Amino acid sequence: MSGLGDHIRNSQVWTSIFRPGSPMRADGGDSPRNRAYVVMNNVLYHLHPVKVKRHGVKLSYTLCLGGLSFFLFILLTITGIFLMFYYRPTSPQAYIDMQALATDVAFGQLVRNMHRWGAHIMVLAVFLHMSRVFYHGAYKPPREFNWVVGIILLLLTLLLSFTGYLLPWDQLALWAVTVGTNMAAYTPVFGDQVEFALLGGVQITADTLLRWYVLHVLFLPFIITIFMAVHFWRVRKDGGISGPL
Amino acid sequence: MAELPEHLQKRAAEARAKASGTPSPDAAPAAPPSGNGAAGNGSGGNGSGGPGRDLDAEAAQYGVPRALLERAMFARARKDGTAVPQLVGAGAPAASASAGTTAGAGSTTVTTSAPAGPPPGVRTQRLLTVVKAGAIQGTTREPTDKVNVWPHLLAIEFVALLGMLAFLTLLSAFVDAPLLEFANFNEQPNPSKAPWYFLGLQELLAYFDPMVAGVIIPGFGLAALAFIPYVDRNPSVRPSDRKLAISIYTIFFMAAAVLTIFGSFFRGPGFNFTFPWRDGIFFDDLLTILGHE
Ligand code: HEM
Repeated sequence: MSGLGDHIRNSQVWTSIFRPGSPMRADGGDSPRNRAYVVMNNVLYHLHPVKVKRHGVKLSYTLCLGGLSFFLFILLTITGIFLMFYYRPTSPQAYIDMQALATDVAFGQLVRNMHRWGAHIMVLAVFLHMSRVFYHGAYKPPREFNWVVGIILLLLTLLLSFTGYLLPWDQLALWAVTVGTNMAAYTPVFGDQVEFALLGGVQITADTLLRWYVLHVLFLPFIITIFMAVHFWRVRKDGGISGPL
Repeated sequence: MAELPEHLQKRAAEARAKASGTPSPDAAPAAPPSGNGAAGNGSGGNGSGGPGRDLDAEAAQYGVPRALLERAMFARARKDGTAVPQLVGAGAPAASASAGTTAGAGSTTVTTSAPAGPPPGVRTQRLLTVVKAGAIQGTTREPTDKVNVWPHLLAIEFVALLGMLAFLTLLSAFVDAPLLEFANFNEQPNPSKAPWYFLGLQELLAYFDPMVAGVIIPGFGLAALAFIPYVDRNPSVRPSDRKLAISIYTIFFMAAAVLTIFGSFFRGPGFNFTFPWRDGIFFDDLLTILGHE
């Protein structure tokens, strides 16, 4: 049995997947060098350095909030893609599809619930992450600009959540979005234009639904991914996690 | 090979004359001390003052251009405050002869005669300039206590990830997301509320003009947030040094939280004031969580 395991782990396929130093490999025992290789020889190196400040790994420093925001974004992407298989952004089909999700689709309701609650939790997590960064003074030089990138991420997170709110095409969606977009219409000078651009017309219609759908599943995720890449890159380039206090 | 650009040689000659104030080597083509000649004075002593030196011989021996040896000789002499050693050998008279002893300071040490190149097989390099150490971006880094990301950080992240996944899955298994009736443009629910993260703004609508509450306050709020790092010039990150900044942020944070809670729970039909324990909760997402639907 162990012979078979060794055979597999020494095979060309296996060693081509797991790069040197990986604990998955036959020669991947625990050593300081292999600990470095696990990160360095891995796609992980795009996110993490080999070493971080000791205080930075204390749970009480970051509370994992930035990381959890990111993880929630990943979860929302996965569940969102699942939902896209069963959803058509037209009226009244959108609403019918939402109902079918609960009755006809295996795990449809569960995945929809995860997508919705996950979105709420992500907004909360991003707010809390911002506050933890503030209370640590982690926006001070050289991290000023990463704070600004963070504000953009906050705005994009809110927009993602808000565009998703309309998609069930029920009474809650319709009127919550009505309240929100009515406010935007009061933008000085350009109010009417802003509202027209948001709604794809002078009031909410099926065109609005399509527009917000595209924003929600394509445009905003694309933009936020770019800004997240910049955000993470800057965390590292600015000298890793801030502190200690 | 060993030829230095003319303007550099000229500059070096001037600098040398000015700095040393010593008699130029060619001023004294003295007799070479015996035993210190063509054999190469590799046995030390050629560093400071000392007996005369035969630069051509040294150049040939070490494969170093003569001009560099000469420069080093003067530099060393200047640094140590000693006299420049006398030059001996073929190079010394040749230098003075070919360059000619000029007027004024009278120190022309530049050799323009073709210097002996390095012996075959010896590669020489010329130092063009010395770049001072220092990064393009000045980040000062103090030595810090570090740990490996694997396993220390990755293990924590993995646990946090699993915890969040478990929490979200459990929540979603027991609480369904709301789905009300089909969207009806002719029947506005009362009250109509925005998503919870906008309810603070909707609450402001009860006090201010829509332009102020819906656009100006959130717009300025975001801008103010973005400008925090450029306004707060206090370099310290210690909480005790940041009382003002922390107070201001906390006040705004609490205000936003209070407005949001108010808009969520204390506003009923017509967005009028209500007590949640008396009239019920008018907050759709939460209603489903509480199972009132
Ligand atoms: C989608 C939203 C966001 C994601 C996924 C995200 C992710 C992260 C991650 C993973 C880190 C590493 C440290 C940590 O976990 O705390 C970080 C750090 C940081 N974030 Fe964010 N962030 C987001 C939004 C924001 C916002 C809204 C702000 C502030 C306005 C912000 C400002 C910062 C700053 C300044 C750092 C460096 C902190 C330090 O060095 O201690 N980020 N972010």
